Amino acid sequence: MVEFFNDYILSALVLGSIYALGAIGISMIYAILRFAHFAHGDFLTMGAYFALPLVALGVHPVLTIPVCMAISAVIAVGTDYAFYRPFRKSRPIIMVIASFGVALMLRSLFQLFGGVDDYYYWSIQPPLESLEPFLVGAKHLYIGGAVIVLISATHYLLAYTRTGKAMRAMSDDPDLARVTGIPTERIVVWTWIVGAALAAAAGVLLGMDTRIKFDMGWNLLLPMFAAAILGGLGRPYGAIAGGMVIGGLEELSTIVIPGDYKSAVAFAVMVLVLIFRPQGIFKGRVL
Amino acid sequence: METAGGLILFLVGFATLAGIASVSTLGLNICWGVTGLFNIGIAGFYAVGAYTSAILTAEPSVPSNPHLGGYELPIPVGWAGAMVISAAIAWIVGKVCLRLRADYLAIATIGIAEIIRITFRNWGALAGGSYGIHRIPKPFESLPQPWAEIFFLILVLAVVVVIYWVIERGINSPWGRVMRAIRENELAAAAAGKDVERMRLQAFVYGSALMGLAGALSAHYLKQFLPEDTEPLTATFLIWVMLIAGGSGNNKGAILGAFVVWGLWTMSEFLTDLLSAEWATRAAYIRVFLIGLLLQVVLQFFSRGIIPEKAPVIPRGESNAAKAEAG
Repeated sequence: MVEFFNDYILSALVLGSIYALGAIGISMIYAILRFAHFAHGDFLTMGAYFALPLVALGVHPVLTIPVCMAISAVIAVGTDYAFYRPFRKSRPIIMVIASFGVALMLRSLFQLFGGVDDYYYWSIQPPLESLEPFLVGAKHLYIGGAVIVLISATHYLLAYTRTGKAMRAMSDDPDLARVTGIPTERIVVWTWIVGAALAAAAGVLLGMDTRIKFDMGWNLLLPMFAAAILGGLGRPYGAIAGGMVIGGLEELSTIVIPGDYKSAVAFAVMVLVLIFRPQGIFKGRVL
Repeated sequence: METAGGLILFLVGFATLAGIASVSTLGLNICWGVTGLFNIGIAGFYAVGAYTSAILTAEPSVPSNPHLGGYELPIPVGWAGAMVISAAIAWIVGKVCLRLRADYLAIATIGIAEIIRITFRNWGALAGGSYGIHRIPKPFESLPQPWAEIFFLILVLAVVVVIYWVIERGINSPWGRVMRAIRENELAAAAAGKDVERMRLQAFVYGSALMGLAGALSAHYLKQFLPEDTEPLTATFLIWVMLIAGGSGNNKGAILGAFVVWGLWTMSEFLTDLLSAEWATRAAYIRVFLIGLLLQVVLQFFSRGIIPEKAPVIPRGESNAAKAEAG
């Protein structure tokens, strides 16, 4: 039991919560702007990179999260303005192509400024002795705490603020939201802010767990899409559940298949969901 | 004299690679340009084609790194095999995924492509893993230079011309008009009694077979094929930029786009080579950034491409529109 926790459950929880944070943005953007945002993984990487200079100055990685979230949100709004807004009235697929281009541009910037080397926020730390026999490190506690704070804040925003309620209304039915007088363009901006900020936070957490590399976010794109679709598009709580399920399945799959093929698991789940229950577990939109 | 020979070899090599890329863009044009299928798994089918042909035609693998293959079959068999296996995989993928809406298909195809690439990279017994496949035969390689390269170029261009001719015939036939009808309005096409699902599957399979052929051509051109050669940046993304810049839906545009964008890509390499060594590696990333920016500019301001798609000629005298214009 202890061994099972150490080998699978712990990493499943970490991976699952990172997927969950990323999938919230993908799910909301998909439902509100009606397109699959292919640059979302690179928003994750962006957050992880912004933390690097601060960590070098001696700031604790957890404390860099708010700064990275703010910078990434500004950049996301700028990206939307420059590259996605011109296509609001055209077919959504054009925005998918544009986001594919944005993903590539961001990744080339990471390589330009960061090179192809791996970066680490801290050196490898031994598990905490006080929690033996569970091999839980300090980083796991930081990650867990940050995830709880972030998810609670997201819940507060979506459930109790006007902006959050308007976001949910828009992701339910954009046309209905428009006729009820919700300022849709402003909600779109807020969607980018929330989505990119959570993605950036997920990036820093992933960096704390493993390492910082230019393609770290891009490699997470497929499981995050799978999580968003599994949870139901436009359902932020569904995206969180979906992220945890996908993370858990990926880690458990390593019992039977080599770890290199983990992404095939997310893919298989996604295709099965799309075929048998396209609205996802939480009855999201079918686009 | 020396430099003139070098220049010829360079131009021949450039045209060969652009020609191979245009095989891919023509394949993508069938999927996206004509039928509207958002296939961003080009790298996957390209890899399948390259490795299939390499396995069928290469010399036996070295004992230190054994993998499937070494059948030393004739090169045309390898190319045919590449197209057949790519088409078969596309058929399976298409059967499952083509019913999905465009964005979902995009996610599904990129996922398949990544899984295919991971498999080739990690499964050493299949295709040599990270070592790749070596000693792949190259047509005309026994001829003296530059003739070997020139004949290979002619072969590639001949392949492009044949494919162009076949697709042109196809899209100007009733088959092609149904494809466009599906792209423009799927429901209307279905209401007119067209088997939308079957037609979409056909377009996906034909297009993917061409992407596989492009992979096979490049494997024989390079004489060795490594997992790095299936980088989605060049194998998928550049192909998309080429098609959109050239004019999606138009085969001439697809070929022209391949040569123009490959030209820009190569020229930007010249410019970055002028920089100091320290900056040269970094400048490689600036090239990628600029290609991304080029795509955005084309999408926003020249979305129809250099040679826009033409409406198909309707072969029954004057159309009503022409009459109205004349009157």
